[in-house]
Amino acid sequence: MNIVVLVKQVPDTESPRKLKSEDSTLDRAAADGVINELDEYAIEEGLRIKEAQGGEVTVVTLGPGKATESIRKALAMGADKAVHVLDDALAGSDALQTSYAIAQVLGRTGFDLVILGSESTDARTGVLAAMLAERLGVPQVSLANKVEIEGSSIKAQRITDYGFDRVEATLPAVVSVVEKINEPRYPSFKGIMAAKKKPVETLGVADAGIDAGQVGLANAATAVVDFAEAPPRAQGQIVSDEGDGGTKIADFLASKKFV
Amino acid sequence: MAEILVLVDHVDGEVKKVTLELLTLANRLGEASAVWVGAGYDGAKDKLAEYGAQKVYVGADEELASYVVAPKAALLAQLVQEKSPAAVLVAATGEGKEVAGRLAVKIGSGVLTDVVDVADGFVAEHSIFGGGTIAHAKVTTGTPVIAVRPNAVAAEAAPATPAEEQVTVALSDTDKGTKIVEKVVQEKGERPDLTEAAIVVSGGRGVGNAENFKIIEGLADSLGAAVGASRAATDAGWYPHQFQVGQTGKTVSPQLYIAVGISGAIQHRAGMQTSKTIIAINKDSEAPIFELVDFGVVGDLFQVAPQLTEEITKRK
Repeated sequence: MNIVVLVKQVPDTESPRKLKSEDSTLDRAAADGVINELDEYAIEEGLRIKEAQGGEVTVVTLGPGKATESIRKALAMGADKAVHVLDDALAGSDALQTSYAIAQVLGRTGFDLVILGSESTDARTGVLAAMLAERLGVPQVSLANKVEIEGSSIKAQRITDYGFDRVEATLPAVVSVVEKINEPRYPSFKGIMAAKKKPVETLGVADAGIDAGQVGLANAATAVVDFAEAPPRAQGQIVSDEGDGGTKIADFLASKKFV
Repeated sequence: MAEILVLVDHVDGEVKKVTLELLTLANRLGEASAVWVGAGYDGAKDKLAEYGAQKVYVGADEELASYVVAPKAALLAQLVQEKSPAAVLVAATGEGKEVAGRLAVKIGSGVLTDVVDVADGFVAEHSIFGGGTIAHAKVTTGTPVIAVRPNAVAAEAAPATPAEEQVTVALSDTDKGTKIVEKVVQEKGERPDLTEAAIVVSGGRGVGNAENFKIIEGLADSLGAAVGASRAATDAGWYPHQFQVGQTGKTVSPQLYIAVGISGAIQHRAGMQTSKTIIAINKDSEAPIFELVDFGVVGDLFQVAPQLTEEITKRK
């Protein structure tokens, strides 16, 4: 089975995240980069499917040079090879363009399954799996917390606001996963050493079949108008419980007309 | 006034509150046209009229609701072609965002998700990086497709007598790619939906075990609130995963958020930081949650929370 896992390098939530004043794009230099958390679950699911069904796991990422850190992690966990589309032309692409660019790469790699995290911790748009399924004309098996594959059929549980749906589709398909789906493995020392020998193909947009005129900030279908730091919250009142902490909260709630 | 399409979010005919918020917002920006997909419209029509739907497009064919996401996007794309609306609004829920994404690809439009407000000219406001930055953005290509976060706009009743138009869309094989074979509705009892609730009471690591979540539930019930949990609590199995508030869980933005035994790690803050009023109970005075609060009590939650529940009940 040809399994492609999409991986994104994102700014660490623990470090200062901001936009750049000159073009309102993410300031990648301001924060430490890490692999998008949900993508680790996507890698784990890809590896489990490979272990059960045979085949190969290819990691695909679009992003700057620092994204190699995420690729290395995925390879150390057990992915077989990677494709890194590294080109300044991609900078500032929005979701619509990103989905176009990734669809082009997938056309090149081929796939039985594309697996990705249901959203990234930076942009949090949550649209990529749906956009890819639409562009590729394949089933959308998204927001999955359980996936089973039997031959060319896929059954999954899709989380919803009211609980979950049991869904069915046939391969090839795009699968997005939520955190509940599995417990990602830690790379072993052996895995980390082996990762150094695994092939990583680095492509420019033209090599990847991406039209530079359809990606990048200048061609984006959305634009940031302005941004500012959120005003700090007014200093709240903090009291120690002297046996009347609950009563004091109730008084506060009453003053705000909540009770 | 320009027509604005609002995709109705409903579960078997029960309209979600976020839809009423979207109708209110759409009427502020133009004229709201609700788009209904699936069964149960008759039970919902009064609600849509009460909150100002000027028109309702009724896609009542049950087949539209039998497949994941794609049919809704197909119906909306057809309406965009036929009616040339000024914008399309959907709820920024997991599914709503996906409908927005597919629709954007179909009609070649820009899409903005997790929006907290929309101003004239369809300039959308985002609260990003866990609430630390406010950004405004707009769609520069095509009909704006905008997914708006539940609870971001106050729904206002504005009774209308909507015109109804039955609509059908021929589904392609691609639209029928992922079949829904069973809908599983998990019992939530009498409590409001987490993402829609005006008040949320959440418990974290300090609650200690599953049994003790009764304290959180008791407090929530005294306020008519939804119950949430931090990742520490859901990972430990003390409370079901779908109630997780945080970066990898649900984003909530209620009028009142009460964090009980939650330290306020960035993972959690990212999911609740835009709550209007925040209260915390934690025995650690250094807990980062106290940086966010309007009112905080440093104390033992097992003393403070039950006392609070009792006080609220007494004052009702």
